[in-house]
Amino acid sequence: METIIFLVLIPLVIALALLFIRSDVARGPVIFIGAAATAVFSVILAVRQGIWSDVGPNMLWSGGTESAEATGYVMMGIEAALAVVIFILGIKYKKVLACILAPVQCFILIWFELHAGHSIEVKNNIGIDHFALIMVIIIGIIGTLICVYAVGYMKDFQSHHPEGPDRRWWFFFLMFIFLAAMFGIVLSNNLIYMYFFWEITTLCSFFLIGYTKTEEAVRNSFRALIMNLLGGLAFVLAIVLLGGTYATLEIDRLLELGSSAKALGQPDYIVNAVVMLLCFAGITKAAQMPFNSWLLGAMVAPTPTSALLHSSTMVKAGVFLIVKLSPLLGVQGIMDIGGPGFMVMMVGGLTFVLASFAAVTQSNAKRVLAYSTIANLGLIVACAGIGTPEGVWAAIMLIIFHAVTKSLLFLSVGTAEHNIGSRDIEDMDGLFGRMPRLAVYMIIGIAAMFLAPFGMLISKWAALQSFVDAGGVWVVLMIVFGSAVTVFYWGKWLGKLTAIVANRQNIQDKVHGEEWFVLTGHIVLVIIISLSFPLFSGSVIVPFVTHFFDGITDATAVALSGDNMIIMVVLAATILVLPLLFYGRTRKRVVPLYMGGANEGDNLTFAGSMGKDIPVSLRNWYMEGVFGEKLMNRVGLVTTCVIFAVSFSFAGSLAISVFRYIQGGGTF
Amino acid sequence: MPVSIYAVIGLVCYLIAGPFVGGLLSGIDRKVTARMQGRFGPPIMQPFYDVRKLMEKEPVTVNSGQDFYVMCFLIFIIITGGLFFFGENLLLVIFTLTTANLFLVIGAYSSNSPYAQIGAERELLQMMAYEPMVLLTAVGLYMTTGSFRIGDIVAGVGLDSGGIPLQYLVGIFIGYLFILTMKFRKSPFDLSLSHHAHQELVKGVTTEFSGRTLALIEIAHWYENVFLLGFVFLFFPNGTWYMAVIGAAVALLAFFLEVFIDNAFARMKWQFALKSSWLVTITFGAANLILLYYLRGLM
Repeated sequence: METIIFLVLIPLVIALALLFIRSDVARGPVIFIGAAATAVFSVILAVRQGIWSDVGPNMLWSGGTESAEATGYVMMGIEAALAVVIFILGIKYKKVLACILAPVQCFILIWFELHAGHSIEVKNNIGIDHFALIMVIIIGIIGTLICVYAVGYMKDFQSHHPEGPDRRWWFFFLMFIFLAAMFGIVLSNNLIYMYFFWEITTLCSFFLIGYTKTEEAVRNSFRALIMNLLGGLAFVLAIVLLGGTYATLEIDRLLELGSSAKALGQPDYIVNAVVMLLCFAGITKAAQMPFNSWLLGAMVAPTPTSALLHSSTMVKAGVFLIVKLSPLLGVQGIMDIGGPGFMVMMVGGLTFVLASFAAVTQSNAKRVLAYSTIANLGLIVACAGIGTPEGVWAAIMLIIFHAVTKSLLFLSVGTAEHNIGSRDIEDMDGLFGRMPRLAVYMIIGIAAMFLAPFGMLISKWAALQSFVDAGGVWVVLMIVFGSAVTVFYWGKWLGKLTAIVANRQNIQDKVHGEEWFVLTGHIVLVIIISLSFPLFSGSVIVPFVTHFFDGITDATAVALSGDNMIIMVVLAATILVLPLLFYGRTRKRVVPLYMGGANEGDNLTFAGSMGKDIPVSLRNWYMEGVFGEKLMNRVGLVTTCVIFAVSFSFAGSLAISVFRYIQGGGTF
Repeated sequence: MPVSIYAVIGLVCYLIAGPFVGGLLSGIDRKVTARMQGRFGPPIMQPFYDVRKLMEKEPVTVNSGQDFYVMCFLIFIIITGGLFFFGENLLLVIFTLTTANLFLVIGAYSSNSPYAQIGAERELLQMMAYEPMVLLTAVGLYMTTGSFRIGDIVAGVGLDSGGIPLQYLVGIFIGYLFILTMKFRKSPFDLSLSHHAHQELVKGVTTEFSGRTLALIEIAHWYENVFLLGFVFLFFPNGTWYMAVIGAAVALLAFFLEVFIDNAFARMKWQFALKSSWLVTITFGAANLILLYYLRGLM
């Protein structure tokens, strides 16, 4: 029990310490030690709670009933204080919506807690299962690696932006608070606790996005804030609805209520509405369409922030909640259209395909990564929406692989940006010559994002299979088109990176030691999980899924078959070994490129028609006319809003009629 | 799972006979094409002579990296076809094929040559254009046979008695034939690499490859073509020998249909290639699939 609290406390203490450390010399070691402590502790916790055991960690903890009331008041106080902060900032920057949303939800929650909520007895505040422990490890390792990376990166960042005051103490404070809050989210069983940490991550990302305080940063940070506050409002309404009707606030109770209703074949409309509201909150946080713009705007922040938001925190909190509710989702028949499963599945599927389309048109590396994150989260959300064990298996695999790979890619782009002065893919021409090691890292990262036999593709494969099985034919179509486009946009980036351009100076010795350490750490992780995933599928994810869904008789049917997984691992090993053996070994004579017979001999210029030397410049293909970003976002906005409108009006009207029924003593 | 003797035979036959069948088909293709154009045409064995000649050329390259990618392309094409004829999972085969093709694209990109890069980008475009239909083909076969495993599909495991997959998958079959044009690099969709000199930008994706490397690409294409025809075959088997014969015959017919189309059309623009193949994928492939779901009462 105490160890669990420590997990939140360690990053919290580090964060508070960083608030007071203003010198570079002292900050570095504190961050290293803090990061190491958090990482080690998260792994120890996961192992001690039995992540490897078959029946192990599906446990619930009271979290100390004597102190529960005091904890409740402290949380309430902090929430009120945060609402006041948002209100003041909202007035300062004239953001009306923020001024309204924050106090409103805070007021509703406090009113609820003081009235109806006061009498609700929460048995288990903390819930630990395999999935939560997987998340703990992801946050504990990837999250802290990003913090370590940020030490060197922020040094450069500060020297690139000397005009502003040095506010790095604030930056690192937020990073560690973020980690603490993420631990809180994944370990909460009490929805009020989860909401508390949920709001803290919203606030942290708000401040991190607005870190530079430029006009754009402020605008984008408020956009992120407002969209996430909308989700927060839905979260509060879910709490009120669940607590008000069933006098419970616990996720495991919610799952029981929903499952028993499902087993009886009578949908519980109140539970449905609660689930829908919670999923809506998850959708905003996971930056699904139409809320994807906040995540794109978030890249005004320093790169470690993007890496953190995209990989192990924030958006992963959104999908975490939705996956947690997965047993209550799913579309069994025509009656479920307009239900929460339908909403989640369609929004996820649409986001996957539309965000993939939009990624084609982007040349800014961070925007490509952002759209790819949005798309992959869409896939995770859609997988959770199927509400089948296979879907959850695929979703968790996607979460794991995506966290590692996306973090690697963001940090690599960050390092490239600081050294070549651009984050545009077009400027990564010949990166292979200029920063060979970094280019190789990026290539591994990109390959791991979409190529057989690496992780993401395995999950995509499983996802496709589970959609086919569960009858989600519309989502199947979205996936086949989306994944075809995925190949295109990653492929052309990969091409740019591998291009061997003549006469490039190697400039990679300027990269900070911490950055190499973290990047190499990521590469090691990518390789390890690509080669060992059948192991953790079998001993962690499959046991979780079989516990999560009652009455699974055939545990092997949950995952991809063992044969296929082994083939994938063998292929992955082949791909990793081949370049070590054969790349660059040639005894052939090297000849100039073909340029219509007019190559000047250096592969960089050719003789133009007027006798002038013209430098060769190659540009990639963006197909703006076919996959225009604006068009995709507009389509996404309209389609997802229609889905929300249909789903919420169904769920709302059904829930209200049930409510009237209860209030009217059982008569309509 | 015990390894079936048929799977091993299939694998060995593919590995040994694959390139010969592929090369022979290519020779016949050239002969037929020549006759359609009123020429006499080269001997049937000409592709093999060409490859032998390429092998004897002076080994040159534009950089030290690209040969590696071509080698990987060949290896992964062989692995793809090997998995196919060994009777493995169809989706696995499709994904491995994507990886294989990507190696060729990267090889072309790595030269940093203008013509090769245009070829590489177009190759990517084609992959984007045909992949949805290929995946839908796999899904359709799964819907009718209940398995993604090629071994099961060929054995006709989950079929209604007497039926063949094709009877439920006519739309998907048409869609697959449509994108097969692209996969065989035939006009009007031979954007990245054409056999017709009059419409090619130098030599498309293979511009910067020469000698032995180019020979390897040629051999890889032979392997690939055989395996693509194997895909056509999958629409027919139900476990009986005569459907197997019919399937093989239709696969051959499909090949000649593509040769005919190749000679009847000139190259189209990329917009047409992308839009038409996606349109066909939706109108034939997706519509077929949706109908299948309704028929099976899965929706």
